[in-house]
Amino acid sequence: MSVLINKDTKVICQGFTGAQGTLHSEQAIEYGTKMVGGVTPGKGGTTHLGLPVFNTVAEAAEATGADATVIYVPAAFCKDSIIEAADAGIELIVCITEGIPTIDMLYVKEYVVRKGVRLIGPNCPGIITPGECKIGIMPGHIHQVGKVGIVSRSGTLTYEAVHQTTALGFGQSTCIGIGGDPIPGTTFIDALELFQNDPQTEAIIMVGEIGGTAEDEAAAYIKEHVTKPIVSYIAGVTAPEGKRMGHAGAIIAGGKGTAAEKFAALEAAGVKTVANPSEMGLALKELTGW
Amino acid sequence: MNLHEYQAKQLFAQYGLPVSEGVAAKTPKEAAAAADAIGGDKWVVKAQVHAGGRGKAGGVKLVSSKDEIMEFAKAQLGTNLVTYQTDEKGQPVNIILVETCTDIAQELYLGAVVDRASRRITFMASTEGGVDIETVAENTPEKILKAEIDPLVGAQPYQARQLAYKLNLNPTQVKQFTKIFLGLAAMFEDKDFALLEINPLVITSEGNLHCLDGKIGIDGSAVLRHPDLQDMYDPTQEDERERLAAEWDLNYVALDGNIGCMVNGAGLAMATMDIIQLKGGKPANFLDVGGGATKERVIEAFKIILSDESVEAVLVNIFGGIVRCDLIAEGIIGAVEEVGVKVPVVVRLEGNNAELGKEVLRKSGLNIIAADGFNDAAEKVVASVGGA
Repeated sequence: MSVLINKDTKVICQGFTGAQGTLHSEQAIEYGTKMVGGVTPGKGGTTHLGLPVFNTVAEAAEATGADATVIYVPAAFCKDSIIEAADAGIELIVCITEGIPTIDMLYVKEYVVRKGVRLIGPNCPGIITPGECKIGIMPGHIHQVGKVGIVSRSGTLTYEAVHQTTALGFGQSTCIGIGGDPIPGTTFIDALELFQNDPQTEAIIMVGEIGGTAEDEAAAYIKEHVTKPIVSYIAGVTAPEGKRMGHAGAIIAGGKGTAAEKFAALEAAGVKTVANPSEMGLALKELTGW
Repeated sequence: MNLHEYQAKQLFAQYGLPVSEGVAAKTPKEAAAAADAIGGDKWVVKAQVHAGGRGKAGGVKLVSSKDEIMEFAKAQLGTNLVTYQTDEKGQPVNIILVETCTDIAQELYLGAVVDRASRRITFMASTEGGVDIETVAENTPEKILKAEIDPLVGAQPYQARQLAYKLNLNPTQVKQFTKIFLGLAAMFEDKDFALLEINPLVITSEGNLHCLDGKIGIDGSAVLRHPDLQDMYDPTQEDERERLAAEWDLNYVALDGNIGCMVNGAGLAMATMDIIQLKGGKPANFLDVGGGATKERVIEAFKIILSDESVEAVLVNIFGGIVRCDLIAEGIIGAVEEVGVKVPVVVRLEGNNAELGKEVLRKSGLNIIAADGFNDAAEKVVASVGGA
């Protein structure tokens, strides 16, 4: 078992014939992801990477029976692309693109919630179930089939957590990059709930960062609902107030959203926190006795 | 991206909101001429900077002659205004807003933000205007009234009325407030605001609502689709290195330490700062070179990091996901050669072709300290500046 995706998940790509769509679809196919086609308006009927190209997501969904879509279209068109996928009945939408206007995400998030569709991202590396299915831009080769569920707001810190758990031989059940934007499609709580209910996941690494209150909300949820061991690191202890640290969502505003607050909330919920980001794997080893 | 008060008021006027008649002047002469254009015998002159707390810092003055206007403009223009919201250098004053004077009976507060937890544009109103609203929220949260906008139906007049009655406004003012509220809600969505504040929204001595100040932040991701707002960008209000970095698509934030950082990925960049501090050092900056770290961008990143004179060592921390570490290594070598880096450079390469990358660095013969892992890199760079 894994969460959201597995070896049978049929995936299409929106923005398939563009540079990003091509590069990452090639790597996904190489990894073993069941890519079944792609969408580029105007290029319907052609073939790309040996797969059919469609003009619309609805056509692609009908012809391929796709369960999931990955979106690499430019930020200005993502609102349209995500809603198109949701309307076409795609159940899992993974949006990699960075820089989508927040107002667009307010509409999109509300829309997918009301449709009951799962959106991962935007501004994220995607989701991977090692050895089965890779949807996104993460390097497949650092992963290992295993028992740790990883959820993170940061791409490169997800890779750190993966690298450390692979080095210790724990491997990963599924890794979900929820992205660095203020309005993410999937939250920590969503991911924690999935991991708690997944038999393959035996422990969890949760990587947060400054800005907003998502980690505090996650802490409250963990206290009530999560029994699996969790290690957490929050990036940005040294970040100054009022400065956006790369990610649109990583900003301490009005003294709120500091790393210290989040560390404290998670500690109070029984989470093992680490101040040193290179020790997430070691802390998990200690916590679980593996 | 932030707007000046005079720009915010131009937008308010476009949406039919009540603002003072005013002129943005770039010279003392223009400022004095503005008084004639506006008319009357009393004016308010306000230094335009991207920071609050201008009044207490002497950047706002009530004047009653053109000589006084000239004097204020001469004293302010070309200087930096230091307020409690700026750093010790302050923000440069290049524009003075000259406005008609408004007689104030009461000061209210009206603002809006995107609330991340509720995923709604959330309006906040209070009878406690003219003061620091964060203090009000901290000490007397019951005095902050809220209205959340459903993204799929938009702001409704009843929400404005609900706030207005709680603010104890009279029937005429309730109508005025409703118009202001709906106008602001429309602007917020149309123009992709990230933040909006009218503090104070005043009731004049004639009993009318009036927007006396205006603070607007635009969502940086949306600026491209608003040519009118792009024209309002004032580069003089930004940190020079941060602005230069942005031109190269690099995310840079200056800090006050001595260890420069170059990292791929925002999260890893923050984590790198944190681990430096944990090991007893002090980071000089946040810098995310992004996923497509080409040689040219690595060179520019080095230039920006080293333009900060307090930098005594540089830590390069790259987790090569898609990018190949050997290419990054070549970029680093090119940068060290081209820029003439004199301080120790510690490099940690992980991921794609990391071993090959380390080999490339070793063979270069340059003074580059290779690190084994994240932790080791932090310890080595802190040791190189004699820290911990």
